[in-house]
Amino acid sequence: MENASIAVPPSGGGAFLRTVDSASLSHQLPHEKLAWMLRKMCETRYFEEKAEELYTRGLVHGTMHLSIGMEASPIGSIGALEPDDLIIHHHRGHGHTIAKGADIAIMMGEFLGKEPGYCRGRGGSMHIADMQGGNFGATGIVGGGIPIAVGIGLALHMRRSSQVLLSFFGDGTTNEGAFHEALNLASIWKLPIVFICDNNKYGMSMDVHQVMNIEYISERAASYGIPGVSIDGNDVLTVYQVIGEAIARARAGEGPMLVENLTYRWRGHSKSDRNLYRTQEEIAEWMERCPIKRFKQLLVTEHIMDEVEVEDIDLQAKETIDQSAEEAVLMPEPSPENMEDEVYAP
Amino acid sequence: MSDQKTREITYLEAVREAMVQEMRSDPDVFLMGEDIGVYGGAFGVSQGMLDEFGPERIRETPISEEAIAGAATGAAMMGMRPIIEIMFMDFLTLAMDQLANQAAKIRFMFGGQTSVPLVCRAPAGSGTGAAAQHCQSLEAWLVHAPGIKVVAPSTPYDAKGLLVTSIRDNNPVFFMEHKLLYRTKGQVPEDLYSIPFGQAEVKRPGRDLTVIAYSNMVVRALEAAEILAVENIEIEVVDLRTLKPLDEATLIASVCKTGRVLIVHEAPLTGGFGGELAALIAGGEAFDFLDAPIRRLAGLDIPIPYNRTLERATVPQVEDIVAAARILAKEGK
Repeated sequence: MENASIAVPPSGGGAFLRTVDSASLSHQLPHEKLAWMLRKMCETRYFEEKAEELYTRGLVHGTMHLSIGMEASPIGSIGALEPDDLIIHHHRGHGHTIAKGADIAIMMGEFLGKEPGYCRGRGGSMHIADMQGGNFGATGIVGGGIPIAVGIGLALHMRRSSQVLLSFFGDGTTNEGAFHEALNLASIWKLPIVFICDNNKYGMSMDVHQVMNIEYISERAASYGIPGVSIDGNDVLTVYQVIGEAIARARAGEGPMLVENLTYRWRGHSKSDRNLYRTQEEIAEWMERCPIKRFKQLLVTEHIMDEVEVEDIDLQAKETIDQSAEEAVLMPEPSPENMEDEVYAP
Repeated sequence: MSDQKTREITYLEAVREAMVQEMRSDPDVFLMGEDIGVYGGAFGVSQGMLDEFGPERIRETPISEEAIAGAATGAAMMGMRPIIEIMFMDFLTLAMDQLANQAAKIRFMFGGQTSVPLVCRAPAGSGTGAAAQHCQSLEAWLVHAPGIKVVAPSTPYDAKGLLVTSIRDNNPVFFMEHKLLYRTKGQVPEDLYSIPFGQAEVKRPGRDLTVIAYSNMVVRALEAAEILAVENIEIEVVDLRTLKPLDEATLIASVCKTGRVLIVHEAPLTGGFGGELAALIAGGEAFDFLDAPIRRLAGLDIPIPYNRTLERATVPQVEDIVAAARILAKEGK
């Protein structure tokens, strides 16, 4: 027993990290799929830049949580779904909503609190849902959506549906009790859910590694007896590939999986954030790893698209956002009349 | 219930019968909770249901109240009609984010795009010596969360009819079952029937004063009424049956008739539902008919103690209702 020491379980380290050869994958995917991914990422980026602009112009009543720099995670993940599959996500969820096929003018209308908005101006940026589009919405409570995901997955399971649900949440959520209860339940019931952690390195101002003694959040999957994997969440094709495999697994009835998309938000947590907890150098370093820039470079380098086509897609996305914003600004305001009648369903 | 066949069953059996009959007729209805299978639920409410419906629909869970409530919310948004059993009402604390922040708000927050037809059942109240964390009556919390309906039946007949309505309702409904009521008996039709929400019932008519109560306090008020009748004090017992929606008309009419009102509940006085009722009566047409101040009889503002004597002294007993009614019947005369 001379080597006996207090056993510290080894942090999973590299064992949890999974890489994908994006360059060769780009040649296997249909051109339309790749174009769709680029367009949706650009739309998300321009949507949020437009949101900032509208905010600065004083047209936004509440706050907003921007995901600039994180676009590959929602777009790559949702890109791997079939159209009738489902998602539920979180307060930093503009990309998820756009990827799930939301009408961007209606979405922008909700952001501005307008009557034709998805939630008729009742929800705002933090609660955009598009039920008809299979988007069960964003919750403002950290971790609030994951137990609901279990219920959606349970209904799919009980109805023997072939649909799959993607449940998105942030790194901070994984320290909530809801995360533990929900993943355990989804595991024992083998529900068709892929749990996706958009790990952007900070829970508001708190560095992930100050609040957990593990290298990768995906290590937590082991507690629930489900596979866990961490990936480069800024590479849209890596996300597409790995989430796609998790979806196939869930659809085959093999149960849930936890995928950690490692990414970074360029902007502050919300409008009140003064970035006191991180350095400008760190932000600049991650801006170099911009998921959109990387994807564009890959497409050109691999001769999937030429620069003209890439920039054309970019420009179209910008135009879509500009037009949607113009439309949304002109949308009518909701009326306070009969608001109380809407609390309960008939 | 005219020519339907009725027989005497317990409150507990009535709750079970409502679930069983609804599950037979609607495949979207299922029950979820802790120890509800072979064990039959902590109080035996779901006894035998596993045999009939199997583990898919009598879905046992780990001890994970938040996930249970969340799973019900998500399933309800998918069009299922989950019933969840929370083992004690006190454990709602663990499920409260899902009930108050999610289930209650999702419909409104999403602009009416969806609805959340779930039922959350839980045994409430003191009298079993289960002390501070297994005896609470937390209905005021739920009433205070717009989006949730709150039901608190006092008889087996009401329990069955109101649970059927709860299951068919398209909103989150909290269904409060007082532990001391489980063994009480009453006539209940065998067939399915439903009782609409928002209809209080005058459980005993009387001329001298109105007692407004719900859940187990209705039983105590009716016992008190027997004692008071001997003294020629006739109390009218109004059973709210549903706290939200509230049948204002029936209670206002009763107060207008008697001119005196005693509001009785087991939950602590401060912030209790009785304050809401008192304000409603004082602020409306009944005010001009009042011959005496509105009185409230409620639980003490303390955690429920363990010791039998202390526990009894914490919440209104029959003799407390009798004493309060005696004084009120003479007030202002």
